[in-house]
Amino acid sequence: MSTVLLKGGHLIDPARGFNALADVVLRDGRVEEIAEPGKSKSTADETLNLKGLTVAPGFIDLHVHLREPGQTHKESIATGTAAAAAGGFTSVCAMPNTRPINDSPAVTRWIQDEERGAVVNVFPIAAATLGSLGEKLSDYRRLKEAGAVALSDDGKPILDDHIMREALALAAKVGLPVIQHAEDTKISGGNPMNEGVTSFKLGLRGQPSASEWQMVERDIRLASQEGGRLHVAHVSSAKSLDIVRFGRASQVKVTAEVTPHHFLFTEESCSTYDTRYKMSPPLRSAADREAILAALIDGTVDAIATDHAPHALFEKEVEFDKAAFGITGLEIALAATITELQHTGKISLTRVVELLSTNPARIVGLKGRGTLAEGSVADVTIFDPKKRWTYDVEKTRSRSRNCPYGGMQFYGKVRATIVAGKVIFSEL
Amino acid sequence: MHAHPSQALLDAFTILNHKKSLKGLKIVTIGDIFHSRVARSDAHLFSKLGARVVFCGPDVLLPNSARELAPGVEIVRDMDEAIRGADVVMMLRVQQERLSGMQINVDEYIRRYQLTSAKLKLAKRDAIVMHPGPMIRGMEMTDEVADCKQSVVLEQVLNGVKVRMAILATLLGGKR
Repeated sequence: MSTVLLKGGHLIDPARGFNALADVVLRDGRVEEIAEPGKSKSTADETLNLKGLTVAPGFIDLHVHLREPGQTHKESIATGTAAAAAGGFTSVCAMPNTRPINDSPAVTRWIQDEERGAVVNVFPIAAATLGSLGEKLSDYRRLKEAGAVALSDDGKPILDDHIMREALALAAKVGLPVIQHAEDTKISGGNPMNEGVTSFKLGLRGQPSASEWQMVERDIRLASQEGGRLHVAHVSSAKSLDIVRFGRASQVKVTAEVTPHHFLFTEESCSTYDTRYKMSPPLRSAADREAILAALIDGTVDAIATDHAPHALFEKEVEFDKAAFGITGLEIALAATITELQHTGKISLTRVVELLSTNPARIVGLKGRGTLAEGSVADVTIFDPKKRWTYDVEKTRSRSRNCPYGGMQFYGKVRATIVAGKVIFSEL
Repeated sequence: MHAHPSQALLDAFTILNHKKSLKGLKIVTIGDIFHSRVARSDAHLFSKLGARVVFCGPDVLLPNSARELAPGVEIVRDMDEAIRGADVVMMLRVQQERLSGMQINVDEYIRRYQLTSAKLKLAKRDAIVMHPGPMIRGMEMTDEVADCKQSVVLEQVLNGVKVRMAILATLLGGKR
């Protein structure tokens, strides 16, 4: 293995409260040394001059759909992780709604097999119930042994109170978090957008935000009884955030993520029936978006996750009602965060790194990641927070292009991504 | 499912055959507004032309958000109150094929929202009765009302041809 010197960059490592210029030496896939600029005594095979750039622990996306096995017309593990690398993510957590559903150690292992051609770390999230049918728990102990870092029936909420209770209890014993896609489908009806004035104007049926917050409320109540760790995926409404705050104040172990699209857009974006704005949970009201921004600032939200959900053209170029839910987002997550939150002075760069690396690592318990302390894994994201650029969706590394970001101008560009000491993406 | 602009134009044209202008008219639309493209387009045009647009129907077929459709749209739940003093009464069909899961009690609906001769008497004496069709006689209105002198339903059908010819001619660059 070789030695890489990251020279003269601005190192931000919130886990250690580090925020200063530093040289970083990576050897054999680990961080060997953090030194004051020019003071390192190590010899390096390769030196990257990072003047003016920010060096951060590798970003971790808690919520991606890699579509493999089974739906490689949308994405594969190889193409999805290539997009992740371009977005600065050194690790992604893969949701289990593949075909077959990842509810077994065999599928969990298969996803991590070298032959899949992943260029970043893939940490599988296993199905919380067999077939994600919400009826019978999967084998959490063996799934954890096979490499699962969390349990979720993402896309399909665990509706049954009793099953959710059992899931939290067993997951707590095994030491894994339960990630809930909070949506009471009895209320949401699987309708294509948020319920409100816009949905009425468009003649579309809506999902009231109650279909989300009532589920969050129930889950927090159950978690308070069972003591498990609950992670609320893609929070989209103001009231859900209030409930998360309340849960945390009552000592419930609850964490929450939001997506870039929920803090960038509102339901108004659906006004032209553009299916690139259709996802689940749906874009909500302007007041909900404001609440999400406030929660990112005040710490209620722990992580930014993309919910990268690739779909082929034929699944999106149909009537709004019939289009598949979900949009891609791996390549713009950092840029969206910087543009909307850091460039505008709402949050610091340290908070950006917390949201994209430090906290996600803690939520799914990735030891030695989410920090660049000496001895930790040499997963590094290098970016230029001031760089202005335009996203060209035609050049995406993903197999799909179902997102509204093409042509959008952003601040903040990933310049290099390093996984286990190896540069896997570079625009240096 | 959200717009029917040619119907709005022919509705306005039909009203103008009977009234000098739409300005200040009370136009009440009753029934399944949730599923109606006609109601949405009518509301925009009538409001722009200065009419008072009143919607009436049960909660499930008329959410409160309908008020935000166009400036000055009002929601009145009680049919008698909605119809009182109206210049135009527009009845809409319950679009059963689109209810998918919504519950409508037909008897209750008829009792509360059917236009009968007695209810029509609450409107102005020269009020006209409209319906974009297809109409279910005995559901949204009685035969008696459908065939009364104030009903302009068949005139709407005829005007549909004229107005759509005019739209096509205009779009094709025809001269007046």
